[in-house]
Amino acid sequence: MSGIRIEDVTRRFGAVTALDRVSLSVQAGEFVALVGPSGCGKTTLMRIVAGIEHVDSGRVIINGSDMTRKRAAERNVAMVFQSYALYPHLTVRQNISVPLVMKRLSMGQRLPLIGGFWPGADAVRRGITNDVGKAASALGLGELLDRRPAQLSGGQRQRVALARAIVRRPAAFLMDEPLSNLDAALRVQTRREIVDIHRQTGAATLYVTHDQSEALTMADRVAVMQAGRILQIGTPEEVYGNPVDLRVASFIGSPRINTLPVEADADGQLHLGDVLLMRHAPRGPLTFAIRPEDCELADAGIPVRAEAMEFLGENFLLHCQHPPSGRTLVLRLPPGAPRARPGELLHIGFNPSRALLFDAEGRRLDPDLRVSQQEHAFV
Amino acid sequence: MSETLTGPLRRQRRPVGEALAGIMLTLPAAISYFLLLLLPTLAAIMLAFTDYELGAPAIGWIGGENFVELLDDLGFRQSLRNTMVYTAIVVPFSIIGALALALMIEALTRGKALFRAVFFLPVVSLPVAMATAWQYLLHPTIGPLNALLREIGVNGPAWLTSSDTVLVSLAVIGIWEAIGFNLVLFLAGLTAIPRELRQAAEVDGVASAWERFRLITWPLLGPTTLFVVTITMIRAVRTFDSVAVLTQGGPNRASEVLLYTMYTEGFTYFRLGYSAAITLIFLLIVLALMLLQTRILDRRVHYG
Repeated sequence: MSGIRIEDVTRRFGAVTALDRVSLSVQAGEFVALVGPSGCGKTTLMRIVAGIEHVDSGRVIINGSDMTRKRAAERNVAMVFQSYALYPHLTVRQNISVPLVMKRLSMGQRLPLIGGFWPGADAVRRGITNDVGKAASALGLGELLDRRPAQLSGGQRQRVALARAIVRRPAAFLMDEPLSNLDAALRVQTRREIVDIHRQTGAATLYVTHDQSEALTMADRVAVMQAGRILQIGTPEEVYGNPVDLRVASFIGSPRINTLPVEADADGQLHLGDVLLMRHAPRGPLTFAIRPEDCELADAGIPVRAEAMEFLGENFLLHCQHPPSGRTLVLRLPPGAPRARPGELLHIGFNPSRALLFDAEGRRLDPDLRVSQQEHAFV
Repeated sequence: MSETLTGPLRRQRRPVGEALAGIMLTLPAAISYFLLLLLPTLAAIMLAFTDYELGAPAIGWIGGENFVELLDDLGFRQSLRNTMVYTAIVVPFSIIGALALALMIEALTRGKALFRAVFFLPVVSLPVAMATAWQYLLHPTIGPLNALLREIGVNGPAWLTSSDTVLVSLAVIGIWEAIGFNLVLFLAGLTAIPRELRQAAEVDGVASAWERFRLITWPLLGPTTLFVVTITMIRAVRTFDSVAVLTQGGPNRASEVLLYTMYTEGFTYFRLGYSAAITLIFLLIVLALMLLQTRILDRRVHYG
């Protein structure tokens, strides 16, 4: 099997378990984003795949062979570091050619001074120059080949780091928050380019980010991590629309999903306002969650007090306070919707089929247990 | 256009008091710099062109005569040659040794602080006291070194009292002193190299430690190495303590170095003018070394 397979990987730093039996696979040609808040272990996992961090238990399999105990240099994976990690004393051309020089030239051919006279070195070096030129022009670096990293802008450095990664055909492509040092406009533009590069190279790509919107827009599949565990792996649509865990629901999506504490009545029926959410709900405190775009202003429903408006252009956000719980609820409303004054008392209606319910541990309640859609009187 | 407009305007806006305050604030430093550094240096330079001797009733301007005399002075030439030989031994060995030790200590997972302290000890210890220890170690009859050599059947030389070995012995002591200092500088330089670069190299397929050293450590250590080379050369050229304590330049001037000659001319024979001429030559050598650093080599080792 080609691609990356991570099996049951555990890594501890002293008393802290950074990764707790994590499994994940990235097929050849697939783009998987590993997303989570800082400190969740996503970078550690990537470094373990690269071979610059070791595992306490578990296996890392790349292109079908077990690489767990192999050194980074033997794994044929390419990595783009968050800091880019360009060699400051080498020109752009030399930076990009390092992986090829190490791979194609023999020990003798690499020797300074006499290496050039080593048999066969000439042809290999011509090949390297050729491939470096191709990688550089693919990323629009043709004019900058003789510059040093210090003479480049942040975006240009990032491209050099990408070129250095794609110049050899790696078995896997690892990227550790490659866009985090770029300004917002460049970041959006570069997202597209990275996806294009991924398409062209066809390598299994693992992309680490703390930015959920990056993960959703770029990846074929998204793995949401928290506290050293992968909570959910799925397509962007799945992790957004069908989260299995309250932490996934809260992490994915901006603005954050609205949550309210709810509890079933004595008959086991779960109501919110006059909407019946579940006929046979478990006992104990539950969490109701609804995305801002699945809410609307209504004549009856959840009573709230309007707090503030945020105009976003294509729509606007209405921030409300839910007095009984003290929670803030956010509505995404079309630009034509009636405006609310701060302090005004309103009612929020929601699409019950879009409502999510989680148990006390934050696990998603089985959606099949919900009242079927026909029974709802849409508010 | 904009310059002609903003230039005078900007100057007007800036209060005169600000410039005055700046001058007042730098004045103490400027005065002490002038009195303690510039003035004595100028005095020494002036003195180098006179025949002044301590206690002499008059002071005569003799132009370059001191320097002409220096050229013919066999003792001075011997001293200059000794200094060069001493420097030529101390600089490469103390630098390569320190670099090797620094790389080894850096690679340690534990005990870094201990080894750093152990090798730095010679730097913080009293040179005169340490010289006494060396005198014992290298003593031809009761010294442990020769005792060890006798065990394997070699008759060790009189390290510090034979003109064949004295300079080398002093150079070994010089290396021992310099290595700890250079080691600390190299360790600081190594810490400044981002760890991610080494990891990037590893991912790029740079497998052996030697290749990693060639690709990253050595080039990025350039500024440190340059500084270490310069400071070690200057420290070697101005070596004095061990010579003064252990050999007094002997035997037969075989270990007389530049600063020791300057000292004897000035404070034993009281020929202050002549001594100042040697000082001036010493200053020129140091200045040349510093120029070498800033003008020529600096350009090759900084990548900023």
